Amino acid sequence: MSDLTRLTLAAARDGLKRKDFTSSELTGAYLKAIEGANPKLNAYVAVTAEQALEQAKASDGKLAAGQGGSLEGIPLGIKDLFATKGVHTQAASHILDSFKPEYESTVTSNLWRDGAVMLGKLNMDEFAMGSSNETSYYGPVINPWRASNSNAQLVPGGSSGGSAAAVSAWLCAAATATDTGGSIRQPAALTGTVGIKPTYGRCSRWGVVAFASSLDQAGPIARTVEDAAIMLTSMSGFDPKDSTSVELAVPDFAAAVERGVKGLVIGIPREYRMDGMPAEIEALWQQGIAWLKAEGATVRDISLPHTKYALPAYYIVAPAEASSNLARYDGVKYGLRDTGKDITDLYELTRADGFGREVKRRIMIGTYVLSAGYYDAYYVRAQKVRTLIKRDFETVFSEGVDAVLTPATPSAAFGIGDEDMKADPVKMYLNDVFTVTVNMAGLPGIAVPAGKDGAGLPLGLQLIGKPFDEETLFAAGRVIERSAGIDFSPDKWW
Amino acid sequence: MSVDAATVKRIGRLARIRIEEGEVAKYQDELNAILGFVEQLDEVDVSGVEPMTSVMPMTLRQREDKVTDGGYAEKIVANAPLSEDNFFMVPKVVE
Repeated sequence: MSDLTRLTLAAARDGLKRKDFTSSELTGAYLKAIEGANPKLNAYVAVTAEQALEQAKASDGKLAAGQGGSLEGIPLGIKDLFATKGVHTQAASHILDSFKPEYESTVTSNLWRDGAVMLGKLNMDEFAMGSSNETSYYGPVINPWRASNSNAQLVPGGSSGGSAAAVSAWLCAAATATDTGGSIRQPAALTGTVGIKPTYGRCSRWGVVAFASSLDQAGPIARTVEDAAIMLTSMSGFDPKDSTSVELAVPDFAAAVERGVKGLVIGIPREYRMDGMPAEIEALWQQGIAWLKAEGATVRDISLPHTKYALPAYYIVAPAEASSNLARYDGVKYGLRDTGKDITDLYELTRADGFGREVKRRIMIGTYVLSAGYYDAYYVRAQKVRTLIKRDFETVFSEGVDAVLTPATPSAAFGIGDEDMKADPVKMYLNDVFTVTVNMAGLPGIAVPAGKDGAGLPLGLQLIGKPFDEETLFAAGRVIERSAGIDFSPDKWW
Repeated sequence: MSVDAATVKRIGRLARIRIEEGEVAKYQDELNAILGFVEQLDEVDVSGVEPMTSVMPMTLRQREDKVTDGGYAEKIVANAPLSEDNFFMVPKVVE
């Protein structure tokens, strides 16, 4: 039998339906791959082998009877941010030590409803705060990709670094991820995978550990545009338990994948041409424009004048919301508890010990910008700037633009322990410069692998769509994927 | 605006995160780097602009005011580091 783990999700689904192999065989192949790879890549923080094989067996029963849902028997990885009943859920943080929820997140419930199998929980930046997966309590995830003629270890991006690495290294058919400032799209771009952050409100946030509630959205990372569409269809849907979940019918996203871009107007925002951007990123962007034109799209230069203010506004809004959301980790209700002479000691020592450095830094910033006397100068001003960022997009969409094409990241994957970024937190934050605008405006954005840099590392392009028009992103993303025609398989060294 | 050492300690207290004396200077540098970065927002003319309250135009849903959930205290305390008879246990707070 050929290596089942190399199949796309769509191909695995077809194989299961044709009874070429069983879900037990497919799940077994993934568990074996994880066992071999995880000591090197550190993508999983918990493997639920027994549970996976039980789910697979149940799926095999359904498949044998010609029944089952849209993901029947498909083995998935789940980011450690999603609450999974009775299973490790720690947001890759020390402060949630041994936390096992009594409930299941809505997004994962939707996946199990459709027959998916859970392989385990995926590593991530602690509380989804980071762009390199180096802030995890469980140590960094290693990118399956290496530069040609080098064995230096690279980051997979973050915060969904475990999700991206596991999908790229064939350790799951697809994975769940979340995106607050770029945490799906940036790691997808750095690992040659496809990642989509849907419109805010498309996926329920219920049971997803909160970072910045007005920006957080769940979405999939997968090996192809079609696989991402199949995943998102299952993950999405109205949920009365999330007050910002939107009551809209979920289209069959996979049906839009081959729709093409004929007649679409694609906007190219001049503000995304950054000083010091590598020439190969600019070249890739031009290549993407040429591909879309060749397939019948009209390309138009546009202006999104407030782009440069998105990242600074984000670093007020996101830490402010985080400082409030993370107040619940107090050593009383769950997780870690350090004791001292009184209750204040208990709080202060538990939180000092349980949160990592980056998380503490962001809680501190958030606390400061919300504190008396600074609230208007920082938080209210940032929320006003956010209105302007959203208005920029509304203007171009109302002028006939269907989607916006940009680079996904300012560079390819960088080294573990990069000295420049360690010394200056703002340098690390700049990784999200092209993705963060999308969260600030609540829009959908997809990252699709489109080329490689001089060292053979994957590079991605991003498409930004109108609210709830993920279908156009899948269609245009597929055109880029097909036009590039590159096999984004890392050379297996692990 | 930049923060001094006393402010770092004050923020730590507000955030209920113990900041050791030896950590103050590093936090101060890092927070000032971030505050320096966000300072560019001062260039933006925001006069007459409404601050964003909801990224999608929607009114918050309301439901009938009745109990729809609960009755499982043992599940609520299941993950508590210390509990007794379905109560969370904390150090004595009233003398």
